[in-house]
Amino acid sequence: MTKLPTWADVVLVPLISLALAAIISAFVLLGIGQSPTEAFWVMVDGAVGSAYGWGYTLYYATSFIFTGLAVTVAFHGSLFNIGGEGQAQLGGLGVAFVCLALPWPHWTLALPAAMVGAALFGAAWAAIPAWLQAKRGSHIVITTIMFNYIASALLIYLLVNVLRPPGQMDPATANFPPGTHLPTLNEIPGLNLIFTKKVPANISLFVALICCWLVWLLMWRTRLGYEIRAFGKSEKAATYAGISSFKIIMVAMLISGALSGLMAINNVMGESGRLVQNASEGAGFIGIAVALMGRNHPVGVLLAAILFGFLYQGGAELGLWTTIPIELRTVVQGLVILFTGALDQMVRMMLGVFFRPRAQARAS
Amino acid sequence: MDYATFLQVLDTTLRLSTPLLLACLAGLYSERAGIFDIGLEGKMLMAAMSAGAVSYLTGSVWIGLLAAIAGSLLFAVVHGLASITFRGNQLISGVALNFVASGITVLIAQSLFGQGGRTPPLDGAARFNPITLPLADQIAGVPIIGPFYSEVISGHTFLVYVGLLMVPLSWWVLYRTRFGLRLRAVGENPASVDTAGISVVRLRYTAVLITGILCGLAGAYMSTGLQAGFGKEMTAGRGYIALAALIFAKWRPWYCLWATLLFGFFQAIALRPDVIENTIGISIPVPALDALPYILTVVVLAGLVGKAIPPRAGGEPYVKER
Amino acid sequence: MTADVGGGRPAAAAPSSSPFAIELKGISKSFGPVQANKDVNIAVPKGTIHGIIGENGAGKSTLMSILYGFYKADAGEIFVNGKLTAIPDSQSAIRAGIGMVFQHFKLVQNFTVLENVVLGAEDGALLRPSLAKARKTLQDLAQEYELDVDPDALVEDLSVGHQQRVEILKALYRQAEILILDEPTGVLTPAEADHLFRILKGLRDQGKTVILITHKLREIMEATDNVSVMRRGTMVGTVKTAQTSPEELAELMVGRKVLLEVEKQPAHPGKVVLSVQDLRVMDEIGVERLKGVSFEIRAGEILGIAGVAGNGQSELLAALGGIQPATGTVMMNGAALPLSGHDANGRTRREAGIAHVPEDRQMLGLIMDFTAWENTAFGYHNEPKYQKNALLMDNDAIRSDTERKMATFDVRPPIPTLAAKNFSGGNQQKIVVAREIESDPDLLLVGQPTRGVDIGAIEFIHKQIVALRDAGKAILLVSVELDEIMSLSDRIAVMFDGRLMGFRDPETTNERELGLLMAGVSGDAA
Repeated sequence: MTKLPTWADVVLVPLISLALAAIISAFVLLGIGQSPTEAFWVMVDGAVGSAYGWGYTLYYATSFIFTGLAVTVAFHGSLFNIGGEGQAQLGGLGVAFVCLALPWPHWTLALPAAMVGAALFGAAWAAIPAWLQAKRGSHIVITTIMFNYIASALLIYLLVNVLRPPGQMDPATANFPPGTHLPTLNEIPGLNLIFTKKVPANISLFVALICCWLVWLLMWRTRLGYEIRAFGKSEKAATYAGISSFKIIMVAMLISGALSGLMAINNVMGESGRLVQNASEGAGFIGIAVALMGRNHPVGVLLAAILFGFLYQGGAELGLWTTIPIELRTVVQGLVILFTGALDQMVRMMLGVFFRPRAQARAS
Repeated sequence: MDYATFLQVLDTTLRLSTPLLLACLAGLYSERAGIFDIGLEGKMLMAAMSAGAVSYLTGSVWIGLLAAIAGSLLFAVVHGLASITFRGNQLISGVALNFVASGITVLIAQSLFGQGGRTPPLDGAARFNPITLPLADQIAGVPIIGPFYSEVISGHTFLVYVGLLMVPLSWWVLYRTRFGLRLRAVGENPASVDTAGISVVRLRYTAVLITGILCGLAGAYMSTGLQAGFGKEMTAGRGYIALAALIFAKWRPWYCLWATLLFGFFQAIALRPDVIENTIGISIPVPALDALPYILTVVVLAGLVGKAIPPRAGGEPYVKER
Repeated sequence: MTADVGGGRPAAAAPSSSPFAIELKGISKSFGPVQANKDVNIAVPKGTIHGIIGENGAGKSTLMSILYGFYKADAGEIFVNGKLTAIPDSQSAIRAGIGMVFQHFKLVQNFTVLENVVLGAEDGALLRPSLAKARKTLQDLAQEYELDVDPDALVEDLSVGHQQRVEILKALYRQAEILILDEPTGVLTPAEADHLFRILKGLRDQGKTVILITHKLREIMEATDNVSVMRRGTMVGTVKTAQTSPEELAELMVGRKVLLEVEKQPAHPGKVVLSVQDLRVMDEIGVERLKGVSFEIRAGEILGIAGVAGNGQSELLAALGGIQPATGTVMMNGAALPLSGHDANGRTRREAGIAHVPEDRQMLGLIMDFTAWENTAFGYHNEPKYQKNALLMDNDAIRSDTERKMATFDVRPPIPTLAAKNFSGGNQQKIVVAREIESDPDLLLVGQPTRGVDIGAIEFIHKQIVALRDAGKAILLVSVELDEIMSLSDRIAVMFDGRLMGFRDPETTNERELGLLMAGVSGDAA
């Protein structure tokens, strides 16, 4: 097989995968009697056609950056964390506990505390599957999935029976105190010139960007990152180098869980201002697609998160303006994971056809 | 718990075990051939929707069953392409296909019926109806045995008995036929099969297709046997639980039966808060009961498995070594 | 009798007028940029044992894999019994009467011998009749060729020598008339190897043709009728074994006079660096692999551990390297090393002054996807010289260190940013050796230092090991290559079945004496 140049592998493979996913989705739409072009323009218009649309796209992207980074860190340690969804739900619980615990005077105080709560709860939810994998060899893919279901049941119980204020009908916590309100982009001086209408994207976006940088630093500039990557590439060799498998599995999963949990500052604290049922809305799963599409690199994760933000916001617009079910998002998400994560060899082979004549021309 | 209640729980156990058993056996063929399949869930879901939709449209559950198998096979072929032909990551392929299934089943059902991603309720010939086994009514009066036979064993739908028959059949195929020998060999050491002049690719595809067919049966049972119609995400993690059962069963057909009966029992008692309360004396909140099968799955994976040695070549694409 | 073997199927190789069982004409094969075979021609007369000799990587195994249909040749023709035969897959090779015993056995470990033999050669869709027939056939074959194996034993319970017999039985059960064996003695004791050669001669006397691939001159001289020599993918010549000498063959193989001895001065052993008492290792399934080993190594001395692969040498290295838990007492520079638990790991070993060139560099010594510079820090990534501050590593320092090491050890290409997998085997090994030797250890553990390494790199690596000894360091050398042990070691210990069979002086011992010890015979158990 022709070996692709690095730039093609990094840039073209994800783009071709995306194109393939889009083409198949278009056929699915045709199959159910909808117009793919119309759908596409509705999505573009609603998600990136206005500052208002961008305000939503970036809001979703913020969540996906967190979960995408979460999956990335675990992936580098060769751990497939499918539990981002449950960890994000628990992160929401952590945020709720922090926000409701004190009459916070200002968001600058509340945010760091809420971040600690979110990260701790998310990490705790990842800790059990991690420990079971490290000590008992229990398949982490299955255990993290089970923990998603358990998280969902736990939150229903807590919201219905424990956290719901007396007299309130819907299963949710009370509203967080005003001092926990995070500035949205339209409330930030400077940005309010662009975002004139109220949008959900908020200051968490910048926390997410900082997390991108921190994860990059962690993975490629620290000993811990080096050890995680070495362990992920070869568990046996890592043992030879004196890298403890128990430590790496635990630490990688705790960081992963913490990042998933951190997502809750965006949706729970930033957007809804209270904890509702199923607050994470599948963002934990999107993280898998984002990480794969972003080639497990924070820059890639950032770009892929914006793309999926577009897909999510666009998908919501579809639900509003067309009869196309919102589940189209899940299909595209699955197809992107399929092409970038499992059929990547096929994509490379397709690309190889284009690169082969050039390689031969150079050789002669 | 009195005997009648006990029988009711067992009856429910058998009904709820069936999709797990069929999916577990499905995974058995694939994993024994060295292909991990986390996508049992998605295939079941696709099959459940296909069966529900086609049974409703044609009025025949048999055509629905065929549609279920076709839908499941489609996903199996893609998984085969990814993991055999293109040597991709089998875990990721399975997870991806689960997402696709989760979305596309709703998309199709919604565009066909416009009922929020459900298929319309099925009745009559559009679903599998209970079969009363011979003599069930005659010996119902015999103490202990009689009610057990007529309540628990008899009165299930066609696919329950198919699932039970698949156990000895799978055992026979795996351990008594040429195909079974080769299948087990390819999951342990594909090079041994390759050097013997047998195609690794063909064997693995065959296994993956059998997995597809069995998942088709499992999914069809969900929407046309266990329930009367397809609902969004109706498999509710059964594909994953079946995988846990497969690990618990150490990749052996008879153990698959016992493991899935155990998980089916967990699900059955989760449906009976009254029985639990009477037995242990504490009232357990409903969400905790809902989570019970999942918690017990983790417990089984964590503690009871012991040393389960998976097929040695599992999850690894076969590349001829240089 | 032979015609009955394998049941009622017609004999695969029909009689023909050609005197050659196999003729290969103009065979070429490339793997990417590497040309493994270049226009290779060979003719193997019927009823002979034909040796193919060449260095590692000379293209012997590739050539035979083409003959067996495991790879497809880019060009060339294959004649079997004088008839042009297309061999696109192994099935065709089997049909043409060719059987192959690979270097790495292709057996299903948790199958019985019988199941392994039958696999792929079943008589029908049901298993039982096939198994019954195979059982009978195996009995006949066992009598005829000294090939006894318990048909109901699980392969994983068999010794390596017996597993090899199963491979031969597999071929004979498929009525192979031409049997290819790829490096069959690498895993055998000298006695087992002799037994194998008796079997092969028996096969030849029954009219079968045997092709023996090896890089060991002794075996060629001992067992073959004719020998073909390969060098760098080409066939350099075929001679009658009786009319050649090891020296001539060696020169043909390498293309120049070979330096069989490593030049070194007498050792000046100093104080005891490593002292091992009653070291024991249990594997995961509870089998004792190391059964109480005791020895000492002094500064400025190389202790060579000889033995057939799988007799506990790997476990010895793993236990000393902190990879596998063990019991007993190990003193390093007078301080006890932790042998199990949390502190027994590669990191604490390095801190104690132990460097380790592992036996399997691709599985243990390197991360193949990491760059050369990342691999240079592998295991030493906690070293203060590689840190920028308390939090961050100093990647620039690692890179410049790597450039320096690549220059010193002549690693080619000298590009620190190239991934380890893109270097040749010899250069990969140099990266590992450079890293471990340059860490300035008091003790170097080194396993199979030249496995799969080209001859130029072998000389270089040997010189580096001797230089380290002359710098007053202690070295534990484990190798299955007796020549390597003989030429490098200052003392030799032979390992058999998890025990040391005795120590010998390389000046006074010989291959025959060591061979007996390796077979567990006449040891003065230590």
